[in-house]
Amino acid sequence: MNTRITIAQDSAEVPVFYLADEHEHAEGASTALGFWIYLMSDCLIFAVLFAIFGVLGGNYAAGPSPRDLFDLPLVAVNTSMLLLSSITYGFAMLTMEKGRIGATQRWLAVTALFGVAFVGIELSEFAHMIHEGATPQRSAFLSSFFTLVGTHGLHVTFGLVWMVTLMVQVAQHGLIEANRRRLMCLSMFWHFLDVIWIGVFTFVYLMGMLR
Amino acid sequence: MSADTHVVHADHAAGHGHGSLRSYLIGFGLSVVLTAIPFWLVMSGVLDSRQATALTIMVFAAAQIVVHMIFFLHMSAGSENGWTMMALIFTLVIVGITLSGSLWVMYHLNVNMMPGHAMSHMP
Repeated sequence: MNTRITIAQDSAEVPVFYLADEHEHAEGASTALGFWIYLMSDCLIFAVLFAIFGVLGGNYAAGPSPRDLFDLPLVAVNTSMLLLSSITYGFAMLTMEKGRIGATQRWLAVTALFGVAFVGIELSEFAHMIHEGATPQRSAFLSSFFTLVGTHGLHVTFGLVWMVTLMVQVAQHGLIEANRRRLMCLSMFWHFLDVIWIGVFTFVYLMGMLR
Repeated sequence: MSADTHVVHADHAAGHGHGSLRSYLIGFGLSVVLTAIPFWLVMSGVLDSRQATALTIMVFAAAQIVVHMIFFLHMSAGSENGWTMMALIFTLVIVGITLSGSLWVMYHLNVNMMPGHAMSHMP
């Protein structure tokens, strides 16, 4: 080892202690995998929040229970909003593949409207609950409920901010390779949030009514 | 050079599928059915036993998650040379340990640490 370094210094070459990258990677070639791994780490956050809700979901502290608070028809409407936004985002991706900027922008706008409707319904539900005294401080059940459902709603809100940002990007630069990649990432994020919502409406709302 | 870039690009496109109109519509149709049935089961109370209802809606949720993974997230064993599937399996193992471990431990803690319970079994 020593001799090699000495030789390197002798021949006035800077020794290289790392592997030279032997092949080119196209820009963004690993973005899909990297974003997928981010989504999996996000999945762990939700797993922990689900576990907390599973443990504390029955601790009402003599306060309101899910049966007193949840309005299943409203949850069904909310679920359909998110499901519809998933399919319209799928249509946006299909029109993006064909390179039709106008149609892509319109489908993104429809998706964003469904997303806004979802967040709006959820916020009005929260406001209604808090108005009735079912605040996060009321019981362990409500603390874990607001944390879990609120974290999901926050994700949807940031997804909406991201969607508007991308619509501006597409309007300014068109469907260039970078924008296609970004839209693909948001598509994964958006569908992933719908997957999490399946867990929320099943374990929080439907199972809550069965408790 | 341009041929090289093209090859890399084609490889990337093959790495992550985008689905077709047909696959999106099939996924949407299945999701609507798999969402509507659990809501109907709980809201109408068709099944007498609560436990049976709970188990059924959990099965429907699991089925719908698989449908979303395949038709919306375009998961397949081959995408990104299998690395997305590896990451997914790893995450599912961790999620399984977190959920079952928390519920199991905390349930027994709840049952065994009930006020009065520990004292009554004191020697």
